[in-house]
Amino acid sequence: MTTPTLHDPTLKSILREHGREPAALLQILRAVQEAYQHLPSETIATIALELDVPIARVRGVAGFYAFLSERPWGRYRVLFSDNVTDRMQGSQDLLAYMCERLWLERGHVSEDGLISIDTTSCTGLCDQGPGMLVNGRAIGNLSRERIDQLCELILAQIPESEWPIQLFAIVDNIHRRDLILGQALQPGEAIRAALDFGDSPQRETAANARSWREAVPGNATGPQAVLDEIKRANLRGRGGAGFTTGVKWQACRDAAGQQRYVVCNADEGEPGTFKDRVLLNSFADLVFDGMTVCAYAIGAGEGFLYLRGEYRFLLEKLEAVLDARRRSGLLGKAILGVPGFDFDIRIHLGAGAYVCGEESALIESLEGKRGVPRNRPPYPVTNGYLQRPTTVNNVETFCAAALIARHGADGYRAVGTAKSAGSKLLSVAGDCARPGIYEYPFGVTVRQVLEDCGAVDPQAVQISGPSGVCIGVDEFDRRIAFEDLPTAGAFTVFDQSRDMFEVARNYAHFFAHESCGFCTPCRVGTAMLRNIMDKIHAGHGTPYDLREIERLDKVLGMSAHCGLGHTACNPTLDTLKRFRPAYERRLKSLDFEPAFDLDGALAVARQMTGRDDEGAHLRTETPT
Amino acid sequence: MTAAVKNKLRVATTSLAGCFGCHMSLLDIDERLFTLLEHIEFDRSPLTDIKHCGPCDIGIVEGGICNAENVHVLREFRKNCKILVAIGACAVTGGLPAQRNHLDLGACLREVYQTEISLEQGLIPNDPELPLPLDKVHPLHEVVKVDYFIPGCPPSGDAIWKFLTDLLAGRTPTLGHGLIKYD
Amino acid sequence: MSETHTFRLDGDEVPFAEGQTVIQAALSAGRYIPHLCYHPEFKPHGSCKVCTVKADGRAAASCTLPARAGMAVESDTEEMNDLRRTLVQMLFAEGNHFCPSCEKSGNCMLQALGYDLGVMTAGFRHFFPDRPVDASHPDLLLDFNRCILCELCVRASCEVDEKCVFALSGRGLDKHLVVNAVSGRLADTDVALGDKAVEVCPVGVILKKRVGFAQPIGARRYDARPISAQALDDAPRPGNHRSGCGACEEGAK
Repeated sequence: MTTPTLHDPTLKSILREHGREPAALLQILRAVQEAYQHLPSETIATIALELDVPIARVRGVAGFYAFLSERPWGRYRVLFSDNVTDRMQGSQDLLAYMCERLWLERGHVSEDGLISIDTTSCTGLCDQGPGMLVNGRAIGNLSRERIDQLCELILAQIPESEWPIQLFAIVDNIHRRDLILGQALQPGEAIRAALDFGDSPQRETAANARSWREAVPGNATGPQAVLDEIKRANLRGRGGAGFTTGVKWQACRDAAGQQRYVVCNADEGEPGTFKDRVLLNSFADLVFDGMTVCAYAIGAGEGFLYLRGEYRFLLEKLEAVLDARRRSGLLGKAILGVPGFDFDIRIHLGAGAYVCGEESALIESLEGKRGVPRNRPPYPVTNGYLQRPTTVNNVETFCAAALIARHGADGYRAVGTAKSAGSKLLSVAGDCARPGIYEYPFGVTVRQVLEDCGAVDPQAVQISGPSGVCIGVDEFDRRIAFEDLPTAGAFTVFDQSRDMFEVARNYAHFFAHESCGFCTPCRVGTAMLRNIMDKIHAGHGTPYDLREIERLDKVLGMSAHCGLGHTACNPTLDTLKRFRPAYERRLKSLDFEPAFDLDGALAVARQMTGRDDEGAHLRTETPT
Repeated sequence: MTAAVKNKLRVATTSLAGCFGCHMSLLDIDERLFTLLEHIEFDRSPLTDIKHCGPCDIGIVEGGICNAENVHVLREFRKNCKILVAIGACAVTGGLPAQRNHLDLGACLREVYQTEISLEQGLIPNDPELPLPLDKVHPLHEVVKVDYFIPGCPPSGDAIWKFLTDLLAGRTPTLGHGLIKYD
Repeated sequence: MSETHTFRLDGDEVPFAEGQTVIQAALSAGRYIPHLCYHPEFKPHGSCKVCTVKADGRAAASCTLPARAGMAVESDTEEMNDLRRTLVQMLFAEGNHFCPSCEKSGNCMLQALGYDLGVMTAGFRHFFPDRPVDASHPDLLLDFNRCILCELCVRASCEVDEKCVFALSGRGLDKHLVVNAVSGRLADTDVALGDKAVEVCPVGVILKKRVGFAQPIGARRYDARPISAQALDDAPRPGNHRSGCGACEEGAK
């Protein structure tokens, strides 16, 4: 393949499309990666020159995101989703099978440069896994037959754009509907309702721009009235942390500055979560309505949907929805004919970085940088995108906001519990008969969900993914609610046949892979935790290692820069607490065991010398 | 240091993948050696020529772990010594020998015995008498539990003296500024 | 207008000016809080976490924590120093730090911090990463084996030298320094001997050639006085730096 230079029409058009803005760097790199399957160093230099940024900075961004690569991968880059649910569905066997069929080693490119196979973090297809990405396009329901089919297509070098469309079919799997999934709002209905709030005598001019609002009719109370309704509904963020949405919006609205932004966090990277995939696939108008209502309330002129790279397959569909909304006056200048109510939404694609789900990291990524969480304070509501006031909310939060704007706070508050108003979407996967999306009023018991999804003989549920909590049988009467089990939505079921140590080990690998590396404790600590779990897995663990895990947890909990580091040890500690025998039966009774396989460390020398005598081996010590 | 102790503490020392520099430094406590010997007696050590370590109170090990024999000796020390002390940069961090760790052992052996002219005429020595090298060099604490560390290349005689007098007096050894050093 | 308020540091009143962080106020008042990536001349970074304190019971990096009137800060406690020791141990285990063969030895902040905190061993299993050296430049050497990813060179090169010679790439344990050249070699950048970025490296990564080991043992920076004393000599000089290179994120307004 030739190296794209500025004379290359594809590169030229990518640069033109993204406007040569440094903030567009990540989008440009992503597009180049998609077009050329890697980022040649000359192209990096060209992009740096065109954007007038240092080459080192472009490299820094390129090196941060898992889907970007300076070295060429195969023309077909196959990435198996490596969530624990994929593994439970047999992904590891399938990966080995595919490698064997193609005479390929995992992590390597075939000699003809045709194909490479590796793993990636959870792709959000847990309800129809195992999943994979081929050149960024999602494929679910993997089986040997499917792998055979893929191998044939790849070996015949058929471009993936010409592959049978059913290969890429992703379904919603909605099994229970409530407030959000059960509504039947028309596009724009929530915005129209929002405009009716307040007692503005001049509704047709009572628009959102704060600069305008400050100068004009003091009695234009509409936006604040919408905001008050959101507050009254006691809506809390659905990304897991549960911050009160109205308070966030108010802080953003009240922040100094002329330009404000609404950002929808669709970087749904928490392993086991896939509800946003479904909301964006089938309820995109509701999401955009919610964003627009927010824009109206806080006075924002621009919005972003930060779509995780794994959901690239939704891009064209979402762009089409946005276009339709522009055509029907729901986006753009003077929305619904109200002068000054200007708002539009752009989609920004991620490129494989879980940490970008953290809102300040997400904003860094929106600005085209490495997705490193910022120092806070200041918070995004005052210093967000381009240091301007920015409201970042989860996809589901915007859906709920749209409903509240349409139907009012009272009805919304009537659903759920005292501290958790409304409903919650759960991404149910793992050992159950009917994996998929379940929407419940807050307060539902874990047991109820398990019954509904057809879980037989469950021993544990991971609530809210690895950064959440793992509960055992005697806790199944606990409730999904902020006051008991807060969750971003993942609900992963493990039956009695599952080895909870291996579940925790998978999660430890996940955190080590996704640590951004900014702070010492997380960068080094997550890698150490991974190594200890691997040591225990290999049969070399001791009680000493368990104490080491507790030590790491203390350091990470106290000093890590963001939630990723704070929670990185949780799955290990939760399972250690509830399923200790899963660890103990792997441990040596000795209090200390080398950090590595001593006999294995002699293997190279044995091979080189051809020796296999007694002295060429190191036996494990027996306890004295 | 307290007055003469009836039961002397038994101390063993050895050098693994090290240069005996730490042992030299131990001798650098000079005339204080006499005081020390009122309190301790040596078991296995280059100073005694005893070949195997018997039950001891303190084991002091210099050097990192680079081959199978190092592992055996270290295990012998750990098994027999109540307190095991890693002394010097190599024992504590792997030190100079560990700077081969980024190289592939197979490539090292090929380079030394096959690519370059060697006495072995292109063969990699395979005499069972020779200990096999580990693929990486390790500090002691990665192979056995270590109770105390004295860093330094080598630690000064004063540092060793301070450490030992603390230990013999039953205090947790601390070195403090000027005595603790890594180079 | 800078009205003076106070907070309590380990029980003692420490005055601060509006906008100061806890570490800035502490150093100004002659109180040392151990730190690595913080440098009085640069914007606080908050990545090494060595300066972590407990403020009103909550742990936070003191270099990025704005001082608030009346807050109670715990710093010189066994708990905090234990945390710092562990963080320093993690850094030693992460890279290849062979002090006896490093020309920065005696002038190295990581090493001096280890001495001051009484770190006797890395404790953890060493990663022994494979990090090639860049010796391409005629006057400078980059030994990445010792990099602690504090980004001081990155900040200095952008904010002071206005060159942006250094940046970070990769992530997690794979995070590493890169230089501003298509070839990836230092020789092909516009780095110069007198750059702030060269001077500011706290460890032995950015080294001047042909001057190694020139200072005799005993005459090196941290031989006579521990880092806790040296840091107070150096601190504080807030306020007189301006941001530079328009192309880079730090500088862009």
